[in-house]
Amino acid sequence: MIEIPKSFLGYKRENGRAGTRNHVIILPVDDISNACAEAVANNIKGTTALPHSYGRLQFGADLELHFRTMIGTAKNPNVAAAIIIGIEPKWTKRIVDEVAKTGKPVEGFSIEGAGDIETIMKASKKAQEFSIWASEKQREECPISDLWISVKCGESDTTSGLASNPTVGNLMDKLEPLGVHLCFGETSELTGAETVCEKRGKTPEAQEKFKKTWNDYNDFILKEATDDLSESQPTAGNIAGGLTTIEEKAFGNFQKIGSRQFIDVLTPAEEPEKGPGLYFMDTSSAAAECVTLQAAGGFNIHLFPTGQGNIIGNPIEPVIKLTANPLTAVNMSEHIDCDVSKILSREMNLSEAGDELIKTTLRVANGRLTCAEALGHREFVMTKLYRSA
Amino acid sequence: MATDIIIHDEKDNVGVVVIEKITPKQDCSCWVMENDKTVSIQSADEIPLGHKIAMINLNEGDTIIKYGHDIGKVVKSIKKGEHVHVHNVKTKKW
Repeated sequence: MIEIPKSFLGYKRENGRAGTRNHVIILPVDDISNACAEAVANNIKGTTALPHSYGRLQFGADLELHFRTMIGTAKNPNVAAAIIIGIEPKWTKRIVDEVAKTGKPVEGFSIEGAGDIETIMKASKKAQEFSIWASEKQREECPISDLWISVKCGESDTTSGLASNPTVGNLMDKLEPLGVHLCFGETSELTGAETVCEKRGKTPEAQEKFKKTWNDYNDFILKEATDDLSESQPTAGNIAGGLTTIEEKAFGNFQKIGSRQFIDVLTPAEEPEKGPGLYFMDTSSAAAECVTLQAAGGFNIHLFPTGQGNIIGNPIEPVIKLTANPLTAVNMSEHIDCDVSKILSREMNLSEAGDELIKTTLRVANGRLTCAEALGHREFVMTKLYRSA
Repeated sequence: MATDIIIHDEKDNVGVVVIEKITPKQDCSCWVMENDKTVSIQSADEIPLGHKIAMINLNEGDTIIKYGHDIGKVVKSIKKGEHVHVHNVKTKKW
């Protein structure tokens, strides 16, 4: 086993958190502000727009989730500064006020009454100021406990459950004692393993919360589905890869948490508040939706095991791909940051694979671009709970 | 040491092919990950990478065990060495 470094080079933020990246984001509050946000990001180098499809006439829990995702994304320590642009001043201000509590530079602009062009001009001036300010930020030594690691797998096949997911589990077993935050999700893909997963709750409260979360999800499926999930779970890609049932997929998925116990259950995009350790977040199993929610929860680096070759990235949270499928490692090499396929040929054991993944994770935390970043993958996908008013 | 098939748990009645494919009548070496033992089996079918092979004879209604857990039911009898997949195994969820 390697000696695990005690620190990485990150960006220290005003609120005490540390980032693995130094983004200046232009965040639209709603779908109709995308054009404006994208124009600002085109004008000012070193900024990134995060267009998305929602934010109008939402209400209740769905609206709360929208705000939680917006606010959490801008608060994430991988974001140095944020420009928020919405059609109306009220919702824009609500986001700005919450993000400002972190102490990071943030400014809001609303388009109504001014129009796109004037808003783009004003927001661009502020974005330029933020971009130049952020460019002077230096990486500094941060304790490894400043890593908040989220995990989610995709395009899984049997090699995921055999090797790449247990590799992530091995990393969790080694890094949790060092005080990192960890997060897994995918409520739907634990179906078949839900009772085994429930028992991994560290306290009766955590177990009870998990049970309620999974049951609520299952009730929703039974209520909404015209058919069962057999057409979508496992997916055609999963089946081609050798997965037969949702139970098999679930137990493979579950290998990602190693022998850890979760200390709390988070609602989608909720920030953990019980200190270091493993958390379960109630998320969809769609890759981009899940990672977007975890990033909004404050996680600053992501591990993504894949079998058949998922290609997802995220605009603010670097997504590290690993695979144990030797064909994927060769045929889709431009997407794979860490190849652990030697496990299958018995040339590498799980502990050695876990060490390799720790090394890759630290290199990426220190600034090495992930394959997805180099390829320009910036999937920012809001989760919507139900139709708008 | 090279292996053709990996079995997660000693209790499992299926293994996973980890080479590009196995062909009918191939003598295969299987690595049981849990206890690091090696067992052997002769295949009956061509089975691609990532797909499962039956380690014992299985009858309709039997349970498939993988990771030491129940992952579904046999819906068409399967002989030792045959391909185990969606044509002969279904979920118990619905």
